[in-house]
Amino acid sequence: MIAAISSQEIAFSVIAVVGIISALRLVTTKNVVHGALYLVITLAMIGAAYLVMAAEFVAWVQIVIYVGAIVVLLLFALMLTKAPIGREALDNQQRGISALVSLAILAGLVFLVLDAFRTTTFSPLQQTTTAEIGQDLFRHYVAPFEVVSILLLAALIGAIAIARKDES
Amino acid sequence: MIHVSWLIPALPALAFPLIVFFGKRMPGKGAEIGIVAVAISFVMSLIVMGHFVANGNARPEEAGFTWFDLGGFSLQVSMFVDGLTAVMFCVVTFVSLCVQIYSTAYMHDDRRYTWYFAALSLFTTSMLNLVIANDLIQLLVGWELVGICSYVLVGHWWEDKVNSNAGIKAFITTKTGDIPFLFGIFTLIAATGTSNMHAINLGADQGAIGSGLLFAGALLLFGGAIGKSAQFPLHVWLPDAMAGPTPVSALIHAATMVAAGVYLVGRLFSVFVNAPHFVLLFVGIIAAITMAITALLAMVQDDVKRVLAYSTVSQLAYMVAGLSLPDAVGYTPGLFHLFTHAFFKALLFLAAGSVIHAVHSNNMSEMGGLRRRMPLTFGVFLIGAAALSGIPPLAGFWSKDEIISIAFKSHTYWLFAFTLATAVLTAFYMTRAVLLTFLGEYRGHAEPHEAPLAMAGPMVVLAALSCVAGFLGPTHLFAHWVHFFGEPFLIEPVDYGFAAISLVGAAAGIAVGYGLYRRWRDPDPLRKLGPAYTLLERKYYLDDIYERGLVRSIQYPMADAVDAVDRKVVDGAVNGVGLTARGLGGLLRYLQSGSVQRYAVFLFAGVVILALIFTRVT
Amino acid sequence: MIHLWLPLVFSAALFAIGVYGVLARRNAVLVLMSIELMLNAVNVNLVAFSKSVKTGIAAVGATAAAGQIFALFVITVAAAEIGIGLAIVILIYRNRESINVDEVNLLKW
Repeated sequence: MIAAISSQEIAFSVIAVVGIISALRLVTTKNVVHGALYLVITLAMIGAAYLVMAAEFVAWVQIVIYVGAIVVLLLFALMLTKAPIGREALDNQQRGISALVSLAILAGLVFLVLDAFRTTTFSPLQQTTTAEIGQDLFRHYVAPFEVVSILLLAALIGAIAIARKDES
Repeated sequence: MIHVSWLIPALPALAFPLIVFFGKRMPGKGAEIGIVAVAISFVMSLIVMGHFVANGNARPEEAGFTWFDLGGFSLQVSMFVDGLTAVMFCVVTFVSLCVQIYSTAYMHDDRRYTWYFAALSLFTTSMLNLVIANDLIQLLVGWELVGICSYVLVGHWWEDKVNSNAGIKAFITTKTGDIPFLFGIFTLIAATGTSNMHAINLGADQGAIGSGLLFAGALLLFGGAIGKSAQFPLHVWLPDAMAGPTPVSALIHAATMVAAGVYLVGRLFSVFVNAPHFVLLFVGIIAAITMAITALLAMVQDDVKRVLAYSTVSQLAYMVAGLSLPDAVGYTPGLFHLFTHAFFKALLFLAAGSVIHAVHSNNMSEMGGLRRRMPLTFGVFLIGAAALSGIPPLAGFWSKDEIISIAFKSHTYWLFAFTLATAVLTAFYMTRAVLLTFLGEYRGHAEPHEAPLAMAGPMVVLAALSCVAGFLGPTHLFAHWVHFFGEPFLIEPVDYGFAAISLVGAAAGIAVGYGLYRRWRDPDPLRKLGPAYTLLERKYYLDDIYERGLVRSIQYPMADAVDAVDRKVVDGAVNGVGLTARGLGGLLRYLQSGSVQRYAVFLFAGVVILALIFTRVT
Repeated sequence: MIHLWLPLVFSAALFAIGVYGVLARRNAVLVLMSIELMLNAVNVNLVAFSKSVKTGIAAVGATAAAGQIFALFVITVAAAEIGIGLAIVILIYRNRESINVDEVNLLKW
């Protein structure tokens, strides 16, 4: 495994470490807005990871939608619900058992992965182009595409219906 | 005919369910089914008897089938018909027939008339099955069934607690005798590997059974006879059993069920004869004690049925005493006395029933002077009393005198003394009974009238039999039919010397009785005996001893223990289930915290575990 | 050449952290953020596999880029989901003045 560490691996490792650290800060911070910002960093790192893995379209979609739209949405929600901004306990009583469970999941997954894919490698130099994805999407996956559109429409209407002020 | 002897017990057995299910709808309320069944059985019994009358040495008829096989032991349902069986058939069916005809009048308008007849039929079939059985277990079935019928019939009017207590006492006391009986059966089965009585008898005769086993087996079997035939110390149930209807007393407690114990000894006589000598000695001792103490008790009773009850016990002791004589010389006389006693004792009970039915009271202090108002009853009662006292030429004389003389001739002098003394006492108390009931002036408040035809008929027939049945003895006809195969049966000529001795004894008893009771005297002249009278009146305090010493000391602690088990263990288990469920629920409810994140924890943890299991196991 | 286990471990770590966040945080918005984290971890997994192991199975109509397309759909659905989720959070806030998840426990014993 130590045979040759390519430059992509180094890059990926750095990105991964930064992403993990910011994810950890996200779940342990005492300030919700800081949490939102840590989320931004994590999502950005994930986008960078996609780039390293040469999946360019997914990377940009990730940045645009997640970092661009979803985080903004979350910030709006935080503002509208008067999220406590200050040093207040944001954790509930079951930190211990949650940590245990998540560690168990981590251990299990890591063990499985290393057991199966220790020696597998892939070459990221094969870029998956947007054209390629577009073609696949509109040739083979048209149906799911349409369904997802309708899903978005439904979510939109639903969100408005739920959050509407009651006129009674 | 003899091949289908099994029909004789089968017909009343058929009558029982018919009466139970259809009796109430029939015009005679079920009585006609029972009477017809037992009448046919009686006719068939006579035919079977005829077979043995013709040839006294005819081979007994044996037949049967195997009910089941348990390893080495096979249980048979079989019949063994010899002279003794045929005689018992005739006695049981005839007395049952008389009693059932009598009961149509006596139990008229009774609240449980149909069930009464059903129980009588069940009793008859059980007794017949007991008599015909060749297998000890089959005999035991009949034995227990007659015990149940006795319990049911004694407690016929169970709404009155006294009657139901009497029924329970009868049942439990005979059951106390049944336990050694059961172990005796086990001993004999273990000794011979079979429960076939014929085979057991042969085995005992041929010396195939060890003397220790014979000793134990015979003594234990006799325990059953002590219980069923009401010998000392288990005689206490018979007087109390008089709480039942009088025809029941006549059938069960005079003629048949109580004779089952004597019959048992007679049937398995080879076992008794070949056992160590102590067994028969013990039997004789028990008989002697019984006959004496119960004859004394009969002297002080006010209830006429109790006089007859104690008299029955005393006469049963005569039969047992006869059987206990050495060299089996008393076998035929003892069983002959069983035969004659059935008739005149049943007669006495039926006549007493006629009196009780007329004056509505059992107590002789409320009777008297019935000679003129109930002449027929008086006549037959007198015949019965005379037969019982041993007045020739009536039946009792021939049979009782046989036993007394044989006791002397076999050099069992102590038993001779007891039997002779008891004969005197018997004459005395029967005279007392006759005088108090029928002579003098009427002391009661009812309107006595003579018995109706249905009651009078059987009484007359039984009286006739009491007169003539005795002649089967001196003519040695009975001995032809019933004799002990092991010994050559001796045909003794009638010994008029001993006849005279017992006659003198009877006369003495009658004379004393007549002298004391010629006129009604209140209080009873016997009270002059003082403390001896009190002892007799309290039945030697035996009832008290049994009640306090045995019954209460076992019953109360056992009842407490059972109650504690019921409340703590059984109820505790049931309640415990409920409490456990509630406790578990109380713990498990905390899982429902309402917090979704808590549920999510469980969800994720479960998934991890499942994943581990599925991946690691496969 | 990248060893496959790198992105896979990265994904596993993000997922575990996301699980912790879902289970241990009180504020509803923070929980939603953790859910997004988990979804992203899944996406990383999908993309990694799509680049390495051949996901092209013509028999079931899957192309080589199927993993990435799947990831696209996941992103879309995640967006829809978070829209609805935040609408609900706002409604709860309107009714209860607080969006602490452990205060919504009426279905308890």
